[in-house]
Amino acid sequence: MREVAILGVAMTKFGNSEKTNIEMFAEAGLGAIKNSNIEAKDLEALFFGNCLGTFEEGQMHMAPFAHSVLGMPMSSPATRFEGACATATVAIRHASLLVGAGVYDMVIAGGAERTTAMGTPLATRTFAMGCHAQYESPLGITFPGVFGMAAHMYAKKYNIPLKELKRNMAEVAVKNHFHGAKNPKAHFQKEITVEKVLSGGMVADPLQLLDCCPFSDGSAAVVITSADKAKQLVDKPIYIAGTGQASAGPLYLQQDLTRVKAREISIKKAYKQAGIAPKDVDLCELHDCFTIAEILALESMGFYEFGKAYDSAAKGETRLGGKMIVNPSGGLKAKGHPIGATGAAQVTEVVEQLRGESGSRQVEGAKIGVVDTLGGDYGTVCNIILRS
Amino acid sequence: MNEECTFEDYQKSMADNKILGVLCADCNTITAPPQAVCRKCSSPNLSPKELGKNATLQTFTVIRVAPDGMNPPYIVALAETDDGPWVIGNLIGVDPDKTDLELIGKRVTMSSQHTKGNLYSLADFHTLTFSLQ
Repeated sequence: MREVAILGVAMTKFGNSEKTNIEMFAEAGLGAIKNSNIEAKDLEALFFGNCLGTFEEGQMHMAPFAHSVLGMPMSSPATRFEGACATATVAIRHASLLVGAGVYDMVIAGGAERTTAMGTPLATRTFAMGCHAQYESPLGITFPGVFGMAAHMYAKKYNIPLKELKRNMAEVAVKNHFHGAKNPKAHFQKEITVEKVLSGGMVADPLQLLDCCPFSDGSAAVVITSADKAKQLVDKPIYIAGTGQASAGPLYLQQDLTRVKAREISIKKAYKQAGIAPKDVDLCELHDCFTIAEILALESMGFYEFGKAYDSAAKGETRLGGKMIVNPSGGLKAKGHPIGATGAAQVTEVVEQLRGESGSRQVEGAKIGVVDTLGGDYGTVCNIILRS
Repeated sequence: MNEECTFEDYQKSMADNKILGVLCADCNTITAPPQAVCRKCSSPNLSPKELGKNATLQTFTVIRVAPDGMNPPYIVALAETDDGPWVIGNLIGVDPDKTDLELIGKRVTMSSQHTKGNLYSLADFHTLTFSLQ
């Protein structure tokens, strides 16, 4: 496999959009092409992420339309990827693998999602379609419910009073909103307090409203090429040092919800390929769909021992200025979570951080950044390690 | 050996209040609900096996914001059966507003209930329930 690099990246502002999925993708995709100093005709394939277009807009088979609005040649195939919330990360990983293998020299990958078009009840129903349709969904389980069960199990397993765990979970939301307030692309650009998190409506015990990421609209895209080509086209190529992906079945087979075993396997592969250890990482964009999810991710990625990450945000260790900055973009919590685009936005953030382009939320001197995205009820985990 | 045990078989058994799994001829592990291969050794040499009704609650949540077509609040829980498999179901007979971590570790009896199919689901279902012993 040859070395692979990222050229240009771009994303729309996340939030509530009046634009269609395809229009949002045009904005992100054309931005990424411009930032790469290339033209659409140079792209040999599109790896396109979208989950719920069928329900959002009555639009199946979105990839060729996304391809068309960028002005890509008919000879460059467009393929849709779906890995629930990890969709775009999986698309980017596969783009990277095929460029690495020499099948393509230059491709574009990303995704779009317009979840708010569905409204909360239908969005909650369609998101729950990521759980097992015969054995899980009929019980009325939801993703907040899955992570609510994980939080209860975490409190019991590590003997942490639920009230104390919840206060520390709230600190994760406060930290990510603190970061999001510095991100002009974020869905929520305002700071919140622990008291505000703890006074929110209950969604799925013990998760309250501000423990949960929002339903968002948005799109993001990245251009991927060989390392050799990248050096000729942009001043600061960012290299894909390692990737990993793993799959797991339904919750009842996974059993211990405090351990995201697919992530433990995926990240280990990525670290090995990159030749690094968790201590070498300067920043991480990880899957904080719920506050407890950030805590679980920090542990399964090896940044903390199991049972020890719950007070990481409260101690300031993961906040800008801390020892390992987590979700400087604001994360899914504040930046927003248009599921088919999320992974591409995480990659966008890490690329811009490693180039020193992140303004008031810049992680000084960052050289190695990790992307972590989880899809479904722990069923898909995909990791990408980037270096400058 | 290698008797296929489908979702329809599982549903028919649940209608008779029997919880169906599959027993592996190679490693003696029970997998439930049924699937094509053993959860432990991936062997396809399986035959239907009815599970006992006793289990221990491992975690739970109370769903308060529910998918279209559901009536919150209700409790979803994971339990470890005495036969080995973990299963997911609804904890019934407990007030959702009077739940706490003390539930974890409690002994439960498994049964089934008829659940109306919700928006986009295949059909009505017989779903697993837990009741405190």
